[in-house]
Formats: sequence, C-alpha cells, structure tokens
Amino acid sequence: MGKTFSEKILGVKAGKSVVPGEIIEVEPDVAMSHDNTAAISKTFYKIGVERVCYPERHVVILDHCTPAANEKFAQNHKDIREFVHQQGIRNFYDIHVGICHQVMPEKGHVWPGALIVGADSHTTSYGAFGAFSTGIGRSEMAAIMARGKIWLRVPETIRVSVEGKFPPGISSKDLMLKIAGTIGADGALYKAIEFCGPTIEQMSVASRFVLSNMAVEVGAKAGYMVPNRAILDFLQGRVKREFEIIQSDPDAEYETEYRFDVSDLEPMVAKPHTVDNVVPVSMVKGTKIDQVFFGSCTNARVEDFEVVAEVLRGKKVHPGVRMLVFPASREVFLEVLKKGWIQDLADAGCVIMNPGCGPCMGNHEGVPANGEVTLATSNRNFKGRLGNKEAFVYLVSPRTAAVSALTGKIEDFRE
Amino acid sequence: MIIKGKVWKYGNDVNTDVIFPGKYTYTVTDPAEMAKVALEDLDPEFAQKVQKGDIIVGGTNFGCGSSREQAAACLVSAGVGAVIAKTFARIYFRNCINFGLPALTSALAVDAVVHGETIEIDTDKGEIRCQAGVFKFPPLPREVVGIFDAGGLIPYTKKQMGIE
Ligand code: SF4
Repeated sequence: MGKTFSEKILGVKAGKSVVPGEIIEVEPDVAMSHDNTAAISKTFYKIGVERVCYPERHVVILDHCTPAANEKFAQNHKDIREFVHQQGIRNFYDIHVGICHQVMPEKGHVWPGALIVGADSHTTSYGAFGAFSTGIGRSEMAAIMARGKIWLRVPETIRVSVEGKFPPGISSKDLMLKIAGTIGADGALYKAIEFCGPTIEQMSVASRFVLSNMAVEVGAKAGYMVPNRAILDFLQGRVKREFEIIQSDPDAEYETEYRFDVSDLEPMVAKPHTVDNVVPVSMVKGTKIDQVFFGSCTNARVEDFEVVAEVLRGKKVHPGVRMLVFPASREVFLEVLKKGWIQDLADAGCVIMNPGCGPCMGNHEGVPANGEVTLATSNRNFKGRLGNKEAFVYLVSPRTAAVSALTGKIEDFRE
Repeated sequence: MIIKGKVWKYGNDVNTDVIFPGKYTYTVTDPAEMAKVALEDLDPEFAQKVQKGDIIVGGTNFGCGSSREQAAACLVSAGVGAVIAKTFARIYFRNCINFGLPALTSALAVDAVVHGETIEIDTDKGEIRCQAGVFKFPPLPREVVGIFDAGGLIPYTKKQMGIE
C-alpha cells in the first residue's frame, strides 16, 4: 500500500517507515517564532543551556505588535533583538518586514519537502509550497532551541479535492469558508489535509496560501498541496538550495475524502463567533458594519490588493466605515505602491497601515468598540479576537470586504 | 494520582482566545496574573471562584485556535487539576502535556458530569468517578508519558540533556 505525503516526509525525517498514529522524534529543518521569542528565550534559559544548538535553523520575525503599542511590547521587542544577537540567529526580521507567514516564503525559508515548525498556529500555511509545516507551543520551541528535536504524531490524511472554475469574483477565501462550514471547526482535528484537484493545480500562490493557512481553522495539523508552476516560479531565486518535491503515492490511503465543485460557489461569510458559522452572503446582506480590516496572513497579498483597488478606485468608503489596510509584507507593500493601488485606496478614504498583523489578535491598531461590527479578511472571528469581547467579526473575501465598505453594510457583489 | 475537584462545565469549541485573550499574550506573563484572566471572555466568575484541584470539562475541539500555551499554563496557575473533553485541538493537547496538565478524553464522562459537582480522577486506573458512574479514559501514548512524568517538557528536556 502506498503512502501519503505526510507519512513519506515524516518517514524520511525519522529515518524509518512510519504509519499514522505513530509518534516519532524528528529534527525540523526550519523553526519559526515571532514576538513570542522573548518568552521562548526565557524558557530556553530555564532549561540551563547557554547556546541555541542550531541557530541557522531558526527564523525570528517581529510582526504581532509592530511598532510596539506600549512599553511592555517595546521591552518584548528589545529582549528579542538582544537574544537573536547573542545567539547568532541571523535570520531575523525586524518590525518593518511583514507578517511571519508571508515573510517566511518571501525570504526563502520555505521549500517543497521541508519540515517546518512554528510557534504559531497558522504555520500550516507552508503546505501551499509543498512543505510539511505545523504549529507548536512556546516551550516546544525552547526545547528545539536546546535539543534541535521535537516529537510529532504521524497524522491520518484527509483529501479535499476541488474542481470547477470559480464564477467571476469568487475566490479561494469563499471556498475555504465553504469548506469550514461543511466539515466544521474540528472536521480535520489532528489530521493532515491534502488539497488536490484541477482547481487547486491552477491556483495562484496567494489563492493557495489561503487554504493552507486556514487548514488549522478546521483543526488540521498540516495543509499540503503539490507545488504547481506558480509556486515553483515564486520560489525561484528565493530558495538557495536543492529540494525534492514529495508527493503522495497514487495508492495511498486516505481517511476521508471530500469533494467540492466551485462552479456555482457563492460569496461566503463566517458569522460571529466561530469560523464554521458560515452562510452564503445573501443571508447576512444588509448587516451594518463599522470597520473593515483588510489584512492578515490570509488575505493581504498583491492579488488581494488588485481586487480591492479595482473595487474602490474613484469611489469613496462610506463615511460610517473605517477601512484599515495592512499589506502582508513590505515586499507586497512596495509592489502595490508601485502599481498605484495604495494611491487608489488612500484616495478612497482607507487608512493605510504598516505591514504586520495589525489588530488581528487584538493587540492594537484597530480594536473595535462595544457592539461594533468588523468585516475582516483574516482567519478568526472568535469572541474577543480583535481585542473586545463585546464586538462582532465577520470573515469574508477581500472583494466582499471592499464592496461592503462602500455602502456601510454587507453586500453581495454580484448584484 | 488522584485528582479531586469541582466541575466547571462548558460547551464545544472552547477556543484559546476565550481561555487566555490574545491581547494579554505579551503583557500578562506572571503566573499569578495569568490565573486572574483565565477564561475571562468565557466565564468571568471562573477566575474568582476556582479552587485548587477543580476540573474543567469541555465538549469537542477544546482549545482550538491559537498556539498560545498560556491557555494551558493559566489553568495550571489557577490550580486546575485536569481538563476533560470529548476531543482536544492538537496544539492545545500538546501544550497541556508540556505543562503537566492532565488532558483526558472521554465523551461519555463529559455528557454525564454536571456543572458544580465534585468528581474524582484516578490517573493510575484511568477512571473518572462522578455521580452518574465510573468512566474510563484511554492512557496517554507511551512516548509522551515520559514528558508528563517528568513534570512537563522543560524538566523533561533537562533530563534528556543530562542537566540537573
Ligand atoms: S496576521 Fe493574524 S493570524 Fe496571521 S500571524 Fe498575524 S496574528 Fe496570526
């Protein structure tokens, strides 16, 4: 019987043939942490070790509260700068570079067949590039700094195959919300998802990213796809090493298979307060909104800006709406700046913010007031996620966000 | 080991944002302070009334969302003796082990226990004893018992590296 991608890559790392359910000890190729690196470093020193064992495997990116919102965050950043300097961690990206999950592939720290762990749940994102990547806790990262190793359970695999051509304006975000609504927030608990099918094969880098990024929202440990031409072109010149694409065997065994056809997909919305509380836009159309959060590691890339700029160009954001814009990275920012789209958004009345996570986890830069509704292109709408448990977050695609910003209520852009 | 305490029962999908709000992840770091905000956005009474040994009971997908381990650590600081759920989110389950917090899976026990009742967990026998009866829970995988027995990942790592 054949093996799935996860079984193969974890088998290579463990140096033996592995089966789902088995627990193995492995050495990750890359280990990423962000603003939580200060806390990680304190735990690391508690172990009683002086030096990080493989500094070249660590990547540290400041993004979660950048620039620092107050003296505590500032101290946190300062501690991290000192730590990476002391430990010789050269893959360090300070507050101006962007969101960790965007910066990782941009800077060549992600490649097909790599085993990557990150002290962040959305580390599943790099599955879009053919890597096995998964989130871990802070103490686990500290232990990797000390020993270079971690235990992982070999997951069962769920296959999600997608076919059909997206109707005009419908995006992979609508598809991902549809998947979450269908299989539920625990639909892939502790399992790996493998996305496949003709629609996935043709997707752009940014569109694929959305699916792997949000795989964790349905409980998945990883969200793999076979790299396509767009991915390989993107990696060209960024990854300075040889790599091998690992694929599931044709006769590999999957635990479950789901099939989706996007040909008649509608714009989808996740209502408060869970990501699987998903409905077609028609069911929430007309809901008044106070704020639009266009950003996050899910949807703030060049192609997302293209859509939003096209919608807002020459128009004005509704006076009752604050539209906050956070490019996923400095690279994205510079590119959309050059294309003139930042000008379009600023003319329309958007607030252009710095690359980074922004208000995504409620630290700063756009915390809503009691009772306010935010339409967000991000990935989580839990109670309190934006920093106020009395506020409401609806998750949507960039197009739905932009069209709704113009009228101040949730709109169906097809009308 | 016997863990005995009062049950705090909640529903499905208790996520890490309501267990330990994101806005505190870089600012609230002292264990005693962390205990004070535990479950703040889910049950404001919890942090004031929780007693040592109390047991949290949740439905499916307990601990979903962020990887923040404070969501496990704050419960340990608050004195919670164990968490019982129908299923656990992956990273949360790891974080519990890494902090030495028993995370037990038993759908039957979750359905049977009542909010506020006092129950007993026998980790050696793998039993949850409550008003409604005795329920079995599966043992931890052999490979991770070592971490748990050492008192968590950090003491375990020390041991592995021969650091006293
Ligand atoms: S943008 Fe949001 S989801 Fe993504 S890494 Fe930052 S805080 Fe996490």
